[in-house]
Amino acid sequence: MEVVASIMKDYIIELLKDGKRIDGRGLEDYRELEVKTNVIEKAEGSAWVKLGNTQVMVGIKADVGEPFPDLPNMGVMTTNVELVPLASPTFEPGPPDERSIELARVVDRGIRESQAIDLEKLVIVPGKLVRIIFIDVHVLDHDGNLVDAAGIGAMAALLSTKLPKIEYNEETGELVKLDEYEPLPVRKIPIPVSFAKIRDNLLVDPNLEEEHVMDGKITITTDENGYISAVQKSEGGSFKLEELMYAIDIASKRAGEIRKVVLDSLNKE
Amino acid sequence: MMEKPEELKLLDEKGYRIDGRKKYELRKIDMKIGVLKNANGSAYVEWGKNKILAAVYGPREIHPKHLQRSDRAILRVRYNMAPFSVEERKKPGPDRRSVEISKVIRGALEPALILELFPRTSIDVFIEVLQADAGTRVAGIVAASLALADAGIPMKDLVSACAAGKIEDELVLDLNKEEDNYGSADVPVAIMPIKNDITLLQMDGYLTKEEFLEAVKLAIKGAKAVYQKQREALKEKYLNIISEEE
Repeated sequence: MEVVASIMKDYIIELLKDGKRIDGRGLEDYRELEVKTNVIEKAEGSAWVKLGNTQVMVGIKADVGEPFPDLPNMGVMTTNVELVPLASPTFEPGPPDERSIELARVVDRGIRESQAIDLEKLVIVPGKLVRIIFIDVHVLDHDGNLVDAAGIGAMAALLSTKLPKIEYNEETGELVKLDEYEPLPVRKIPIPVSFAKIRDNLLVDPNLEEEHVMDGKITITTDENGYISAVQKSEGGSFKLEELMYAIDIASKRAGEIRKVVLDSLNKE
Repeated sequence: MMEKPEELKLLDEKGYRIDGRKKYELRKIDMKIGVLKNANGSAYVEWGKNKILAAVYGPREIHPKHLQRSDRAILRVRYNMAPFSVEERKKPGPDRRSVEISKVIRGALEPALILELFPRTSIDVFIEVLQADAGTRVAGIVAASLALADAGIPMKDLVSACAAGKIEDELVLDLNKEEDNYGSADVPVAIMPIKNDITLLQMDGYLTKEEFLEAVKLAIKGAKAVYQKQREALKEKYLNIISEEE
């Protein structure tokens, strides 16, 4: 494994001297992106994402529960990522490891901090009962850049989510699910875009081979208003301020293109 | 982030913060090196109300053995909060936040080390947060970096760190707990100051690109000030030893 990685590293670096990548892309090119929504009928919302050969499935489930004590008038969202062994020889069954925890938390921050979901609209009884939105990311095939695939899938799934209307009977304290559905209130579409750093090069949307040899990685989540809602430098390596400025610029450009693919997928349903 | 009580003002009319600091002022920072007997290197950092202990063991034999790398040492980092370190008792052991912080701190320290020097070994960094008051990850990095130096592990540079954030629509340096809770962004940054390399960068909040870059630059300035304190702390310990020998 280490020998292969070191030969591959030399090859990747050699190509980068001419601005080339092993799959023929330029440094700023994203892989082909396919998004399909509402692919799981049992889920309130869902999306399947194929980014190059990386595949993820995201399902949204909704429940009713208590709000956080410090945020009594807001619904709850949680994000979870499962790296199931079917997706890669390096994934093992068991509780979430640091990779899946970091992945989930970066995706979560991008959505939460941009207030993409209007959580105030998810209150049923203020301070007592609110909707809980579960974003569950299931990685199916790992060929690099899981953060972007998961983040794109999460937004597509949220946008496709329809919740059954709920009536609360004050006298009996009972909840009644109606046969009417309303869309989840989604206000923004934050999109994460990641870069691998290899020597002095920044490569957008790294594939798995590039991730194996990269020094470090950075993810920047931007929304349609040009705001940044999450940044995460990950793994080793280091970045210069100029590289960061470049990455922010490219990230918001790529995010704009990705957002279109996500919106198109909803129209195709 | 919590809902801010209406009456709470994080910045007064004169531009002072609730703990009396100006916008770009750091909290008081104290550093002590070599505070533990067993560890190969250690450091204790008090940063505002943060009290943080870091220890380094290694390079040493790895357990479990299969983690061994034939071409280099592996770096392991464990960031852990004591149950009594926060207002409401924290359940002992790693939660999701600690797992993520441990991972990004490892990524922040690794570029400073020359792991190829110690094949088949591990260098283990333990960070214990004894009291937390916002900015524990940056304070943890500062302490860990000192502990690595104290352990005599060759480093390209010390890693220094500081956070910037946004409160009441203004960018400020080094958030305290209330500012972190009720502010609108937190940007922790770690750097290797000699070459201006950023080794940790996170953002939790909602900022324009311009604001974000300003926050990063501000945090870098803070980290450079902390760096001077780190150097002084190391000198204080090791120059004294030299003068005693003379």
